[in-house]
Amino acid sequence: MHNKPISELANDLVAKTVSSVELTQYFLSRIEQHENLNAFITVDPEFSLAQAREADRRIQQGDKSALIGVPIAHKDIFCTKGLLTTCGSRILSNFVSPYDATVIDRLNQNGAVILGKTNMDEFAMGSSNETSYFGPVKNPWDNATVPGGSSGGSAAAVAARIAPAATGTDTGGSIRQPAAFCGVTGFKPSYGQVSRYGMVAFASSLDQGGPITRSAEDAALLLNVVAGFDARDSTSVQRQTTDFVAGLGEDVQGLRIGLPTQFFGHGLDSEVERTVREALQEYEKLGATLIDIDLPNSDLCVPCYYVLAPSEASSNLARYDGVRYGYRAPDYSNLIDMYMKTRAEGFGEEVKRRIMIGTYALSAGYYDAYYVKAQQLRRLIAQDFEQAFAQCDVIMGPTTPTTAFAIGSKTDDPIAMYLNDIYTISVNLAGLPGISIPVGLDSTGKPIGLQIIGQYFGDTHVLNAAHRFQMTTDWHQLEPPGD
Amino acid sequence: MALDHQTVKNIARLARLHIDESNVERYAVELSRILDFVEQMNRVDTQDVIPLAHPQEGRLRLRDDLVTETNQRDSLQKAAPEKEAGLYLVPKVIE
Amino acid sequence: MNWEPVIGLEIHVQLLTHSKIFSGASTAFGADANTQACAVDVALPGVLPVMNEQAARMAVKFGLAVDAKINRRSVFARKNYFYPDLPKGYQISQYELPIVGEGNLIIDTDDGQKRIGITRAHLEEDAGKSLHEDYHGMTGIDLNRAGTPLIEIVSEPDMRSAKEAVTYLKKMHTLVRYLDICDGNMQEGSFRCDANVSVRPVGQQELGTRTELKNINSFRFVERAIEYEIERQIDILEDGGSVVQETRLYDPDKGETRPMRTKEEAHDYRYFPDPDLPPLELDDDFVEATRQTLPELPNAKQTRFMSQYGLSREDSSQLTAAKELAEYFEAAAGATKGDVKTVSNWIIGDLSGYLNKEHREIAESPVGARQLALLIDRIHDNTISGKIAKEVFDAMWHGEGDADDIINDKGLKQITDTSAIETVIDEVLTRSALQIEQYKSGQNKVFGYFVGQVMKATKGKANPQQVNQILQRKLDA
Repeated sequence: MHNKPISELANDLVAKTVSSVELTQYFLSRIEQHENLNAFITVDPEFSLAQAREADRRIQQGDKSALIGVPIAHKDIFCTKGLLTTCGSRILSNFVSPYDATVIDRLNQNGAVILGKTNMDEFAMGSSNETSYFGPVKNPWDNATVPGGSSGGSAAAVAARIAPAATGTDTGGSIRQPAAFCGVTGFKPSYGQVSRYGMVAFASSLDQGGPITRSAEDAALLLNVVAGFDARDSTSVQRQTTDFVAGLGEDVQGLRIGLPTQFFGHGLDSEVERTVREALQEYEKLGATLIDIDLPNSDLCVPCYYVLAPSEASSNLARYDGVRYGYRAPDYSNLIDMYMKTRAEGFGEEVKRRIMIGTYALSAGYYDAYYVKAQQLRRLIAQDFEQAFAQCDVIMGPTTPTTAFAIGSKTDDPIAMYLNDIYTISVNLAGLPGISIPVGLDSTGKPIGLQIIGQYFGDTHVLNAAHRFQMTTDWHQLEPPGD
Repeated sequence: MALDHQTVKNIARLARLHIDESNVERYAVELSRILDFVEQMNRVDTQDVIPLAHPQEGRLRLRDDLVTETNQRDSLQKAAPEKEAGLYLVPKVIE
Repeated sequence: MNWEPVIGLEIHVQLLTHSKIFSGASTAFGADANTQACAVDVALPGVLPVMNEQAARMAVKFGLAVDAKINRRSVFARKNYFYPDLPKGYQISQYELPIVGEGNLIIDTDDGQKRIGITRAHLEEDAGKSLHEDYHGMTGIDLNRAGTPLIEIVSEPDMRSAKEAVTYLKKMHTLVRYLDICDGNMQEGSFRCDANVSVRPVGQQELGTRTELKNINSFRFVERAIEYEIERQIDILEDGGSVVQETRLYDPDKGETRPMRTKEEAHDYRYFPDPDLPPLELDDDFVEATRQTLPELPNAKQTRFMSQYGLSREDSSQLTAAKELAEYFEAAAGATKGDVKTVSNWIIGDLSGYLNKEHREIAESPVGARQLALLIDRIHDNTISGKIAKEVFDAMWHGEGDADDIINDKGLKQITDTSAIETVIDEVLTRSALQIEQYKSGQNKVFGYFVGQVMKATKGKANPQQVNQILQRKLDA
């Protein structure tokens, strides 16, 4: 049962060969069996089973909504009414949201079941899930390595088949990088495609929610429910509703695939490179052509990102002040002392580091040299993509320079950690859609991800390209060992 | 850019983050390293490039002036650390 | 040394929208604490702002009224600082690109008209309120006001006295109420003012060091606070000291200003464009449609009153100080057969006096414009004298009926029968031999005595012109 795609689970539910309560119970017990992964922050069986019972009732009445009764795990960054929403932080460790994020609301309407809230890097700041207040998540393929981050819990849960599908968010690679490390499919939609309302903000101009699933087809199915215009988000794009599933029907004959020379250079692990190139050969077999392209400023995307994202974050995280909700320090001498201690005790080291960098970058006298400079560079990076897309339809390359690294190996070196996202960050800066799909294993048996990048709002082309590969290969079917 | 101790303390104060005296040096080193790293941006001449604030560059959507929210105080204040008579309480504010 | 004060004002105007600038919560004043603070207003994790169109429209309306440049593209920016009544830890405001650019407002001063430059006006959200009553040594926070739309109107440092500053402030107060974008209630904080004050030696170009005065919430306090501050700065400079640039609070009880304690720290607001809100872009249709909603503005109305009704600048200014007052005047002037100047005098004089005494607005006057017109008709057709009219007005104010009813009921009709008046005059003259002698010997002021006696005898009802004429004729005979 745990290997079935969600489209099949949905069919089984509607055909009543299995009930939502049974399915939910099944995955809840798998979560329990895999507790050592630490993939979840909150599991509330009573809550989930109540939703499952309601779904079963609707099914009995003939409701055939796309995801009715399907249990789905959510990154703990999405506000869920009546459930803890911690964002992986001590400062929200007691925060029960009084409202649902739009993504959650749409899934609830559709009849999906909330299976639990997955572990994540604190406020989505991290690439290894090690910054979580609730402890690191283990990679199901190798428990000594990280699952990636920041959506590490979601990726690990889907990889370990303890959740049929999950949501994640991606600010600089936080869906794609853990998907690559965990051998699952992770899709970051175009900026504005999925509502950010109720998604705890990290860097507002970069954040985008998306699915982490076992296949592109599952991702499309999930997106059909959660994507689309939302009046509560001023950056939500008003376009005709896209049927992502229907978009999976095109073949890739004649598809022009751009390969950025910068994605295959210094720093790329040779096994990762070899495996990615093998995947590209598969595309050639399917009739696509490979073209070398140039993204001249892409190597500066990490410095650019580490100005913009912390700047926005320093402001977005100012609301955590111990006044209206969340953690408040127990001992303080006055108001400012209350603020300073609450925030010092409530935030972890990486979050504090980024708040400090962002505060500095926005401060008087430094704003132009850092923030404005980074925004200018952001435009150049976006323009690089525009020029590249004059020559090609999609861009492909490795999702990450290496496979999953050992827990603890990069925690003392922030910059080494940041460089993990070197191939994913530019996509966020330009607001483009990008997916990571599993295309093989390295010699130690750890998954390798291929990244596919599309044009702005070319989300269906990206999903379709991923789907075509998954139709003729079965890397995405591979399960972690020992289960 | 190497940050001195006073600058680190000023930033921490501005960001309302208490840092122990013993950690100031560590922050100074870490933050300076990150700033050196991001200063690689200066390799590219960006003169005359218009800053890009947002990937879409769309225009602001405006909503009608309608009251759509009802009183949610009880639900919203459940999470409040300290409250009384419908107010959020904080240590005394001196003007 | 002679010193010249230099004053600029920043006026915060709460816009009269139903809902908040970025949320659907109500802006109504006076609700129970935090009952009008929704998830967006209390800045829960994950919430996002959505802009209220009406707030943009009101800001544009204001801009057009002060002849300002309307920026077709303006940008919301975050002003970052920590304060318990600022739930997000930043205020959404406009910084580099405000919605309203340079404009101006003409004010009347003792030296004639003066143009006060407006630097800009930007849209922003109001903060909540800190309640300093003692909650076990703590402060209470009410976020009902958080997110109420404001425009902040920044003037050039064009004012040279506290009086000028108040004149400008009053003119602005009149304008925003004409435009129906603000209720102008200063007690409730709908219309607030900060003043930037400095002094310099007369003739010097360079500006002196300025202080910012906060917490001045009435016209009277604005004048007093600025006057106090000017004197304070002059004293410091004349003693050889220097003015410290700082924010000061006005204490109305002590009538003085003092430095604000919480603003000691150097501010660094770290403004940057709000990534949750794309730029506000306004097209021609929006601006033109808004222009169509502009009423006749106070200055235009004042000029028209002068030419159309032949009123003085001062009277026109007073009558146009509030739109409702001007409307009252025009309704009364249109309805009466009497003199327009009499209408103006009655409104500026008696009616305003009664209103002020009872703290009423013109809309709450128990005497309507048509009723006042009727009263003036009776003066005009000599049914009553101006003096009796005051008595009638008082009765009207207290709800005793229309002018005609009161005149009839109280028998106040003027005596215009010449023979009747002559009879009374003869009686008075008969018992006033002494006074007649005085008058004849050249003491002209004794004439008043005779008039008084006649009026007393007729209970004020004799037509004064006739009394004068007949008396004159008889005495000079």
